[in-house]
Amino acid sequence: MMRKKELKLVLTFHTTADAMAMEKACKEQNAPGRLIPVPRAISAGCGLAWCAGLDTRHILKQLMDRVGIEEQDMHECMI
Amino acid sequence: MIYLDNAATTIRKPQTVIDAVASAMCSMGNAGRGVNDASLGAARTIYEAREKLARLFHAEQPKQIAFTSNSTESLNIAVKGTLVPGDHVITTALEHNSVLRPLYELEKTGVELTILDSDRLGRINYEDFHQEIRENTKAIVCTHGSNLTGNLIDIRRVGQIAAKRGLLLIVDASQTAGVFPIDVQKMHIDILCFTGHKGLLGPQGTGGLYVRPGLAVRPFKSGGSGVQTYSKSHPAEMPTALEAGTLNGHGIAGLSAAADYLLETGIDAVRIREQELMDRFYKGVRDIPGVTVYGDFTSMERCAIVTLNIGDYDSSEVSDELLMTYGISTRSGGHCAPLMHQALGTAEQGAVRFSFSHYNTEEEVDIAIRAVRELAPEE
Repeated sequence: MMRKKELKLVLTFHTTADAMAMEKACKEQNAPGRLIPVPRAISAGCGLAWCAGLDTRHILKQLMDRVGIEEQDMHECMI
Repeated sequence: MIYLDNAATTIRKPQTVIDAVASAMCSMGNAGRGVNDASLGAARTIYEAREKLARLFHAEQPKQIAFTSNSTESLNIAVKGTLVPGDHVITTALEHNSVLRPLYELEKTGVELTILDSDRLGRINYEDFHQEIRENTKAIVCTHGSNLTGNLIDIRRVGQIAAKRGLLLIVDASQTAGVFPIDVQKMHIDILCFTGHKGLLGPQGTGGLYVRPGLAVRPFKSGGSGVQTYSKSHPAEMPTALEAGTLNGHGIAGLSAAADYLLETGIDAVRIREQELMDRFYKGVRDIPGVTVYGDFTSMERCAIVTLNIGDYDSSEVSDELLMTYGISTRSGGHCAPLMHQALGTAEQGAVRFSFSHYNTEEEVDIAIRAVRELAPEE
C-alpha cells in the first residue's frame, strides 16, 4: 500500500537549477523539506518540487528571500 | 539504491571508461590545436573514438562521425541544418521533445510538419508514411526506440521508404545506440543522432551524429577549427564542419573506452541480458491487479523498458514511494514525450518507467516486482 497522505507545502520552480539552489540553501540552514517529483495535482509535466510541512511556509519564504530563490508557485497538496 | 532509470542515463559504466576519463584529464591537450605530444595525443584519442563508432554504426568512414554534447544537440543540427521553409517533414508520435521542439520551431518558419499517430500500444502504421509523403517532403525524422514505452520502430523498413521516395532519413538513436545493431548504410540512414551516456555507456556530455558522405548539413555554430585560420568561413568538411570549438576530449576518451567495451563484449550479449531482465520484470508485474503496463510486448525485441501505472495513483507519488520505501530509482511524469503520453492516455497521470541495464541483477528485478505488488491497492 502507498503511504498515508498528508497535506504538505509544495514549492515548484522555474528551473531545475532553482530547485537545486533551494535544496542547497535548506541544507546549509537546516531548513526542513526534501525534493520530490512534481505531483500531478500541480503539473502533468516533469520536474522537481520542494516538499515540507505546512508550518514551514514562513521559514522557507524568509530563507528564499534571503538567498534570492524565486519559486514558481507555492501549493498545499496531499503528499 | 537499486537503479532502474537506465533509459535516462546508464549509471554504471565499465571501469575502463572511468579510467580513460581520469587518464585523459591528466594528459590530454587540445586536439588539432598545435602539434605537441599532448595535442597529438588528444587528436589520436578522438580519432580512435570516431573509428570505433564508425565500426559500431557501419559508417563508410570515421570522418563521417562528428561529436556533439548529446543527442539533443545532434538532432538540432540535423533538423535545422537540412530543412528550409517550404519543406515538408514527417515524424511520429513516439518522438522525444528533442525531435519535436526543433520541428515545432521550424514549423513557425514555414516548414510543414506531419506527425504520424500511434495506436494505444504506441505503434505506428508504416503505411502512413506512404500516405503522407508530398511533393515537397524532404525528410523523415524518427526515433529508433521510444524512450517511454521501449517500442522499436523498424528503421530498415522506414529507410526503404525514404530511399525509394528520395527522402532524407534522420534517426534518433538515443535509446538504441550501443545496444541494437545499427547499420547506417543498409538501413539507408542519412543522419544518425546518438548520445554517449545511455546505451553507449560513456560519460554525459558526449554524443554525436553520423552524416552520410556527400550530404551537406548547415552547422549552427562556427569558430575555431584548428585549420584554415585565415578563411572567413568555417571549414565545410566533415567532421570539422559540425565541430567548431574545443571538443569534450576528456569525455570522448571515456566514450572511446566504452566503445571498446561494447565491441569486445558484443552488443548482442548486452542487449540479450537487458531484455532478459526486462522480460522477468514484465512477467512479474503484468498480472498484478491494478497494474497497467504500456507499450507493445508482443515481442521482446524492444528496448529494456517497462512503463506502468498502479491504479490511478499519481506516477510521481509512486516513483517517490519506490525511492523512499524501497530505494528503487525510476522515472515518473512525462518523460519529455508528450505525444506518446497522449496516445497512451497517460498525459495527466504520467507513468512510472523502469529501465534496465545489463549490469542489473535478477535480485534487483525481483525486489522491484515485490515493491510494485506491495504498492498495488488491495482488492
